[in-house]
Amino acid sequence: MVETFLLVLLIFMIIGSIIAIETKNLLSSVISCGVVGAGVSIAFLMLGAPDIAITQVVVEILILVILIRATITIDNTAIEAHWDTFSVVSSLIFFGLFLVFAFLAVQDLAPFGKPYMRVSQQYLETGLQKTGAANIVSSVVLDFRGYDTLGEATVIFTSIVGAFVILRRRGRKHRKEEDTEKVGILSEEEIREDYEEFRE
Amino acid sequence: MILYFLTLVLFVMGVYCLIAKKNIIKKIIGLTITDYAINLFIIMIGYRDGGIAPILFKNMTMKELAERGVDPLPQALVLTSIVIGLGVLTLMTAICLRLYEKYKTFDMSEINRLKG
Amino acid sequence: MAVKPELVSSESPKGMTPVVKTVVRFAIGIIFMFGWYIILYGHLTPGGGFAGGTILACGYVILTLAFGKELGMRKMSDMAASIIDNTCALLFVVVPIIGIAFGYFFLNFPPHGKPFNLVSAGFIPLYNIIIGLKITSSLFAIFMALSIFGRFVSKLVEEAEDEE
Repeated sequence: MVETFLLVLLIFMIIGSIIAIETKNLLSSVISCGVVGAGVSIAFLMLGAPDIAITQVVVEILILVILIRATITIDNTAIEAHWDTFSVVSSLIFFGLFLVFAFLAVQDLAPFGKPYMRVSQQYLETGLQKTGAANIVSSVVLDFRGYDTLGEATVIFTSIVGAFVILRRRGRKHRKEEDTEKVGILSEEEIREDYEEFRE
Repeated sequence: MILYFLTLVLFVMGVYCLIAKKNIIKKIIGLTITDYAINLFIIMIGYRDGGIAPILFKNMTMKELAERGVDPLPQALVLTSIVIGLGVLTLMTAICLRLYEKYKTFDMSEINRLKG
Repeated sequence: MAVKPELVSSESPKGMTPVVKTVVRFAIGIIFMFGWYIILYGHLTPGGGFAGGTILACGYVILTLAFGKELGMRKMSDMAASIIDNTCALLFVVVPIIGIAFGYFFLNFPPHGKPFNLVSAGFIPLYNIIIGLKITSSLFAIFMALSIFGRFVSKLVEEAEDEE
């Protein structure tokens, strides 16, 4: 029952991503990407992960808003004059090979619905007694695996600060005369006057 | 097994969009689709047949959770991965805007040709 | 939430139509309350710091989209966002170091309490609040920066095209 539902969802998502890749209008492409994200969120709910479903829906809404607000309002069409034949053909060949080997490798995983769960069985059995939290996922994220959350907070902090550094300067045309005088750098006319005095 | 394979097909389509398309916004969309596919794959590995979410309610026994609960460990990993994907997307959009300010286009082949 | 009357009237050029503004005025209190509920009850029901923080950031974003940039900057200025972000990042490292005094790094030192209470599970609710505030301020600040920079770039390109 769950398997057939997930199969239908995955086919729907693959069709959505084909539309997102091939269409020429950038706004349609971004909206199709949002459709794929919504399908992923429903799949999370079916697989017994309500935490992740809430997070996925809200993050996907923010992704859509950031992409539309910051870029589509500037330039909306993606016109491609000619194919880049080398990259398209080589990527198709390599991905065909990758899918063949992936199909063989996937046979060695645990069958769908019967995971091994050697470590997680202990988390489920002793989670409430060791931490006191009723939500086992929260206790795993913040108590049993707190280091990973510390690393993740660092990564987000660094990416946000990096984005601010990139967006900070306003370009050279806007540096005013007063700024250069304050720092002590001479402007162009003063350098030319000094040079002509020196020549004489 | 067919489910795992279809998820990897979604991943491959995301990476194809990243490589073969020339518009920068299309490349960002390809990376986002790749992100979704990998998170879905990880959660699929932890699913148990007839499973319930690993959250304890008031009248539930521990035995029932230990026998029927799905794996909480992949969920903890994917929770942080989703928000990191958002942070990386903002960084990429900032770089995109800088490129547009300098070269007046979003097309990668033009940017490669103009070269400052 | 109280919003100035001149921002609600249809003559102001920024923001959106009055229908959107009225609906946002009613819905914004519910959005913020829901976000804080998901953060505070993160150890009892699904949710936690990341989901709740993103919901609060979306609340600020919808305020900015409906009423214009000025209201968004007034509700959380860039100085306030910077202070909250950095303080929470610092606290996230200092609290486990306090745990060293009781045993080892990241030890869950407050008393665990009875399960299913709001105040239970050691420092897990405290961590949820810290992460929630950090994610809210970061995401809203970067959204404002990208949006302002996007407008600036399009204005620059228009000026350059007019000169040609």
